[in-house]
Amino acid sequence: MSKQINVALIGNPNTGKTSVFNALTGLNQKVGNYPGITVEKKQGICKLPRGVKAHIIDLPGTYSLNASSLDENVVIELLLNRNDKDFPDIAVVVTDVENLKRNLLLFTQIKDLEIPSVLVINMADRMQYKGISLDIAYLEEQLHTKIALVSTRKNEGIDKLKDLITNYKEVSVTPCLNVKDIDTTYFGNLEKAFPNQLLYKLWLVITQDVNFGKTNRKDFDAVADFKTKSKGDLKRLQQKETIKRYQFINNALAKGQTIDLSQAKDLRIKLDRILTHKVWGYVIFGVILLTIFQAIYDWAEVPMDLIDGAFASLSEWVKNTLPHGAFTDLIAEGIIPGLGGIVIFIPQIAFLFLFISVLEESGYMSRVVFLMDRIMRRFGLSGKSVVPLISGTACAIPAIMATRNIESWKERLITILVTPFTTCSARLPVYLIIIALVIPEGRFFGLSYQALTLMLLYLIGFGTAILSAYILNKILKIKSKTFFVIEMPNYKLPLFKNVAITVIEKTKAFVFGAGKIILAISIILWFLASYGPGEQFNDAENIVKTEFSSQNLNEEELQQKIASHKLEHSFIGIAGHAIEPAIRPLGYDWKIGIAIVSSFAAREVFVGTLATIYSVGNDDEATIKNRMAAEVNPILGGPLFNFASGISLLLFYAFAMQCMSTLAIVKKETNSWKWPVLQLVIMSAFAYIVALIAFQFLK
Amino acid sequence: MKHTLAHLKRGEHAVITDVSSIHIPLKLLEMGCLPGNSVELVQVAPFQDPMYLNVNGTHLAIRKETASHILIEKVTHE
Repeated sequence: MSKQINVALIGNPNTGKTSVFNALTGLNQKVGNYPGITVEKKQGICKLPRGVKAHIIDLPGTYSLNASSLDENVVIELLLNRNDKDFPDIAVVVTDVENLKRNLLLFTQIKDLEIPSVLVINMADRMQYKGISLDIAYLEEQLHTKIALVSTRKNEGIDKLKDLITNYKEVSVTPCLNVKDIDTTYFGNLEKAFPNQLLYKLWLVITQDVNFGKTNRKDFDAVADFKTKSKGDLKRLQQKETIKRYQFINNALAKGQTIDLSQAKDLRIKLDRILTHKVWGYVIFGVILLTIFQAIYDWAEVPMDLIDGAFASLSEWVKNTLPHGAFTDLIAEGIIPGLGGIVIFIPQIAFLFLFISVLEESGYMSRVVFLMDRIMRRFGLSGKSVVPLISGTACAIPAIMATRNIESWKERLITILVTPFTTCSARLPVYLIIIALVIPEGRFFGLSYQALTLMLLYLIGFGTAILSAYILNKILKIKSKTFFVIEMPNYKLPLFKNVAITVIEKTKAFVFGAGKIILAISIILWFLASYGPGEQFNDAENIVKTEFSSQNLNEEELQQKIASHKLEHSFIGIAGHAIEPAIRPLGYDWKIGIAIVSSFAAREVFVGTLATIYSVGNDDEATIKNRMAAEVNPILGGPLFNFASGISLLLFYAFAMQCMSTLAIVKKETNSWKWPVLQLVIMSAFAYIVALIAFQFLK
Repeated sequence: MKHTLAHLKRGEHAVITDVSSIHIPLKLLEMGCLPGNSVELVQVAPFQDPMYLNVNGTHLAIRKETASHILIEKVTHE
């Protein structure tokens, strides 16, 4: 068996670490979670020369080993625990050629842990453009390492990096800094107390409140005694350490790097003059948002119609091809329509992820954070809350995870609590189908009414999020230190490969995650709708025939009457009628009621549920939309999905907390059931009241 | 009078002289906000807050409150 080399990719944010990871592993990667926490764990396999394989972990981006967030903890925990099965044989530290000085800080820290480390200087294609030249041999000597000059954009230097990884045993473990120099007395005492331990490792354990792996913690129990110094003193030592590290780096770079500023052309200044402008900055941001929504609506329409039609014919084909029976019915009436209800939204979800990843990759997102911080602070949020609120339009789960870099706990908690109000992609299926049914076609200044309605719903989502943040800010009595530091990275043309991988991975996760729930619910619903207790269901044919014997119905009409009679008296019909009194004031019938109840698991189940309910007993080939349009309100007459009930449904879905996965993540991130339970109760009650008012006014 | 980073105007340059206040997060130091380093105010959002800085080649944004704890000496341009 060939030996696998454990490689850890480490680096500051915005150094193109993920591009290096993608270049090494291609699509041969797997995204999961670290056990017990929700930090994303990306790993992949890279084939090296001579049949050797490397197992590569892409660790979360961090500025230093002094962790201030959950994501950063993951990095330290791994690097301090030599017993971890993922403990790296070699650390690959990725840096950006334009920010080499700052990026090297982390490198010196990792070197001081005496882990074999090589240095990747990424974005080498920008060197000439920036007037930078490097003396690689000199730097290798000064930093005690091997260097690969890489350009993922031009696919250069990756082979060199692979060679360095293959020969990991030759990499030096000489530290960069003599930790003792920071404070000879303090570190001298520490060394005497723990002669067998690495000094820098001890220092990291002393200065951080990190939950290290259990096995690891025991070795260091006695270290706590060395916290005798006051917090202020420890911090002063940390400052001193940082200064020493920079001195070391400056020495190395003084001769190893030359920057000819006259050669440098700076696109950043020109772009920032407009994009962060007091007026134009906001105007441009608004235009970008508007474009995204119009695009999601218009561009995705063609593939969506194709998918809708394809599933309808597939269902029909299964029915005609497979032998008649319960199993065929289950597939044709339960599973296929249920899955069709989710697959149809792939184009739109993919577009949404595409835009978000382009905004992030290009560096524009940081400008938005900068522009919005002051405004958001008024509502108890941080400028960094903008990122969760925007990515919340894709999915609340990664959005809530993205709140981790908000430094203040209060600002972070409020962001977590209000993010589920933003219009996530799971609401899209519901919105789109209802908008298509109840909002007329037509254009207003070139924008379609339907697109404008969708835009309005997004604005309502944001508005509610902001407003509830304002209220929460007044109510919550939490004192926490607030500070705010954000890097403003260089503008970059997004790499096609990175964007493509993000879109594919996220869309896949969405479809399979939702697909599993929908598949299960579709099957259950089909059973409940296809079987029923008592005479009314089992003897439906005779009952209907007797009832309508006086009217001269043709065979087709009769069959339809029988089917709907059966559905009404099936298990699901009985359950639906039981909850009908609660939802009738909102303008819904029992079928919608069932769809709402089942969509408390996940919103997008709504469409799948209706599709399954409507197709049971229906033999004709029709799309979901046509079936919904044909539904008649049993009490008021007229189409069931009219303007009043449509708006009421839209508003209900805008506000209700219908996503088990979000509740689970909120529980994990806040470490308490209090917050998710409050979210569920308050949001859903609010949704009910608003939907009630809307329907009663509009009907 | 002691100048702090919060007093800097758009386009002005300065040298950082002291960052020992406990109100300054370590992260800021790690990103290069250290005594002796040069700093330029690149851009400000409305109400002068947050402030977009270029510290020794690193571009970052911080709130005015934090900036008011960083002591500087202004560099007057030729």
